[in-house]
Amino acid sequence: MDYKLEAKNANLWYGNKQALKDITLSIEPNSVTAFIGPSGCGKSTLLRCFNRMNDLIEGSRIKGEFLLDKANIYKDIEVYDLRKRVGMVFQKPNPFPKTIFENVAYGLRINGINDKKLLAEKVEWSLKNAALWDEVKDNLNNSALSLSGGQQQRLCIARTLAVEPTVVLMDEPASALDPISTAKIEDLIYELKNKFTIVIVTHNMQQAARVSTKTAFFYLGELIEFDETKKLFTNPEEEKTQNYITGRFG
Amino acid sequence: MSKSNQRKSRIVDKTFKYIGLAFTVFALLVLAVLITDILIKGLTRINWSFFTNLPSRHAANSGILTALAGMLSLLFFTILIAIPIGILAGVYLQEYGTNNKFAKFIEINIANLAGVPSVIYGILGLTIFVRLFGLGNSLLAGAFTLALLILPIIIVATREAIRAVPGTLREASYGMGATKWQTTRRVVIPSALGGILTGIILSISRAVGETAPLLVIGALVYVPFIPEGPNDQFTTLPIQIFNWVSRPQAAFITNAAAGIIILLLITFILNGIAIYIRSKWYKNIKY
Repeated sequence: MDYKLEAKNANLWYGNKQALKDITLSIEPNSVTAFIGPSGCGKSTLLRCFNRMNDLIEGSRIKGEFLLDKANIYKDIEVYDLRKRVGMVFQKPNPFPKTIFENVAYGLRINGINDKKLLAEKVEWSLKNAALWDEVKDNLNNSALSLSGGQQQRLCIARTLAVEPTVVLMDEPASALDPISTAKIEDLIYELKNKFTIVIVTHNMQQAARVSTKTAFFYLGELIEFDETKKLFTNPEEEKTQNYITGRFG
Repeated sequence: MSKSNQRKSRIVDKTFKYIGLAFTVFALLVLAVLITDILIKGLTRINWSFFTNLPSRHAANSGILTALAGMLSLLFFTILIAIPIGILAGVYLQEYGTNNKFAKFIEINIANLAGVPSVIYGILGLTIFVRLFGLGNSLLAGAFTLALLILPIIIVATREAIRAVPGTLREASYGMGATKWQTTRRVVIPSALGGILTGIILSISRAVGETAPLLVIGALVYVPFIPEGPNDQFTTLPIQIFNWVSRPQAAFITNAAAGIIILLLITFILNGIAIYIRSKWYKNIKY
């Protein structure tokens, strides 16, 4: 099996505190993988290892291997190139204070693409993939900040898709949104699976059950269980997983 | 709390409010009296020839043409020098150097610089620009001196504007593979531009009123020509006013009042622009 993303005996420390303990897991291409677990369990930290966003945090240190298409993320790939191939959507919608068009075009412009026709094509393609095109196609020059929270988050997804990454990491992408916007994001994730490999961190177990093909449960920096979503939620191997998904702790 | 105690604190609360109000009114009243006084003395003196005449021994023939031209040229060069240095220094300190000792050392010293009396800058300018660099008492020497004076203001304003840009925007940019410079240039600086511009305009309005450092570096009080290049000698409006005020004749005092009105007007307009930009910017951008 050619895995898209792999972590092999991965450890991470923030200063003296160990946030990830010897984690090994493999993610298949064109799948949705959900990371669940109580706050502080390391799920976001692991997610951020895959596009090296932890580098921005002072005092963070890693040991072990992280692979993208078999290539070592921390050694064989240049960080700027890595982040173009592994995009990220954050918890709180964070559009730039620019127009809708310029938000989506951002990733293309920093790659030196300034051809108007090409930009317009890519922006349309991205917005369509993020299921936002119909809502904004007449207002592309309006400020991104004039959109609703849910639209802003889909704009951020479009912005990430524009550079055509192969992996999209999502860090609780719907936790700041209302139920209707959340449903739209979930539908979108389901669609995106056909073209991208998706890893999503979520606190919402129903969400994990709805959108993901596989689920990983983390606890105190350790990977407790990683299995087919259906199996993990109905018949988990580990007692800790059982306790967490039935709401006994966490 | 007992009832009488509650009543007492209510009275204290009210008293404080009225005392505060009284002091505010007093401060505004003083300003109003000053402005009214200047307007009465100088308003009738302002006419077209006041702007177009050269300075003269005769009060009635004197104008502010050379002072205005000198001031505008001086500001032009000051801005040219101070803006790039100020913005780059602010960006460096906030985005690149926040955690090294060198940046902390600079930061403390910039705060100190902002508190140094302007006449000291004049002495510094005299030593370095006029004498050491041999610029003489030229526009350029004046511009360098004023630029030093307003640099701390621009640097501090730039830093604060940049600090107000949320970290989530930087994350979004880095997350797409942008370099630090791309993030700074395309996201951070544009988002902070309103605050940076406000700081720049306020620093200009500070420079407009400066007299002491320019007198120290040898700006002339009587200049019967418009400066034609950066190496020319010059005078400015505050210096022209200073000159007129020190004359014994009443007619020159009237000239001074008229000059003050123009100077105030320039300052008010600059501050007005700064307030306008600030309010417009913050209305458009909410994170």
